[in-house]
Amino acid sequence: MLENILSDPSVQFFLFSAAKIAVVFGVVMTFVAYAVLVERKVSAAIQDRVGPNRTAPPLALKIPVLGRLLQRWGMFQPMADGLKFILKEDFTPAYVRTIYFWLAPAISVIPAFLTLAVIPFGSNLGQQKMVIADLNVGILYTFGIVSLGVYGIVLAGWSSNSKYPFLGGIRSSAQMISYEIAMGMSVVSLFLISGDLNLSKLVEWQANHGWLVFYQPVSFVIFLVAAFAETNRLPFDLPESETELVGGYHTEYSSMKFALFFLGEYANMIASSAMMVTLFFGGWSLPFLGKPAESLLGGLIHIGIFIAKMIVLMIVFIWVRWMLPRFRYDQLMDLGWRRFIPLALANIVATALGVALFNR
Amino acid sequence: MPQFTDLLFYAFAGLTLLFGFLCVANPLSRNPVTSAMFLVLTIISMAGLFVLLHAFFLAAVQILVYAGAVMVLFLFVIMLLDLKEEDRRKLNKTAVGLGSLAVLGLAGVLVRAMLAAKPVIAAGSKPVEGSTKELGRILFESYLLPFEILSILLLVAMVGVILLSKKDLK
Repeated sequence: MLENILSDPSVQFFLFSAAKIAVVFGVVMTFVAYAVLVERKVSAAIQDRVGPNRTAPPLALKIPVLGRLLQRWGMFQPMADGLKFILKEDFTPAYVRTIYFWLAPAISVIPAFLTLAVIPFGSNLGQQKMVIADLNVGILYTFGIVSLGVYGIVLAGWSSNSKYPFLGGIRSSAQMISYEIAMGMSVVSLFLISGDLNLSKLVEWQANHGWLVFYQPVSFVIFLVAAFAETNRLPFDLPESETELVGGYHTEYSSMKFALFFLGEYANMIASSAMMVTLFFGGWSLPFLGKPAESLLGGLIHIGIFIAKMIVLMIVFIWVRWMLPRFRYDQLMDLGWRRFIPLALANIVATALGVALFNR
Repeated sequence: MPQFTDLLFYAFAGLTLLFGFLCVANPLSRNPVTSAMFLVLTIISMAGLFVLLHAFFLAAVQILVYAGAVMVLFLFVIMLLDLKEEDRRKLNKTAVGLGSLAVLGLAGVLVRAMLAAKPVIAAGSKPVEGSTKELGRILFESYLLPFEILSILLLVAMVGVILLSKKDLK
């Protein structure tokens, strides 16, 4: 009876998809926690400090050498941070628009996770393709979901019913809309070259022909900068710039609701790093490991390659944050509209001409 | 599993209607932002309907353009204007009644037309696939002229807006 149900292809599809979703979610959550730690350690290194090196649960120090080492590396810090967020008082100011105030953090987190659904994070493991949803319109889906991400921030700013969050929300919506256009146009040239909107196909193309970053350096630069703007990170963190707007859109938030915004920012960072790996750096493939895996080990190696590339890009995100000062708002808008959009358009035209000339 | 997709169709269709209604006549709140958010939900449920029709491209573009860009701008403007008047205005009962009457009439006409029409799928014709390639081919081969005219229309609108917003043009 049970075997009959399990051998049904649609049930299998359902079960495997559920398993993939659960694993990806777990991995991303862990990544978020440790990305915060890496951020603190990297910023400490850049500013010539030590960074978190004190936290340890009571019994961990009893482990001979490892305990001390993990404590020095701050490996227990994320746990303490998480616990702190949960235990803090969740304060809702009296003057806020309650429903939106509660909804906004959730709305800002969900899109970040949804974009991960179409990213091929490995070739295959056994019979299963290592992508949650192998959509034919993959990239369009991603941009659709990314464009929904702005609602969380806008609603947070508006529902807080106070000046600074509101300014943060307005800034963020203008910023995100502007850079989405440049971002969307920068990837068009990639698909002109590869000829298919499906992200798995794009990775396969790169495995056979080489990474797209070498074909399209201009669109990579545009995409990278736009990704900084979309994730609201320095040098484009104007929606929450603490020197002028207190905390921007999340000024009125505390405890777990604030943590959700935080989580959303890091999940977005992970999603855009994963996106860049897929689009420009050949996804799970390496120049000499381009065939879809046949063995279980090969599949795991491909997943490992993908994650390694992603970590490198995330470190770039973190590194840039601590090296560059914040842009002024008019500079940001100028860069988006008057530099990047014409550049991206010119890039599309040039690529189209190139493809038409060489791919006869 | 055809029954399951049917179920999904009814779910999305129902949600579209419900959110659409709440967008224009929400009995609980007259807040314009709430209406805008319900419009976003309407658009998203319509994207769900497109997915059920295998028109993935349309679904993605629906969310990307309408929910992601147009509605954000709507929200932007509503928030900047800070419409407190709207908030206080009561729901006009006669307007709702007359409006629903008109909607019912229109729906009746549509249903009658659909019942009267006999949909025939021509023998040998392929089922319509909403793949991006097909759509692009159709747009740039059969419907090239209307497509270009539409783009010019949008361009004209854009130029018009710039002209209106710039008070002192040199």
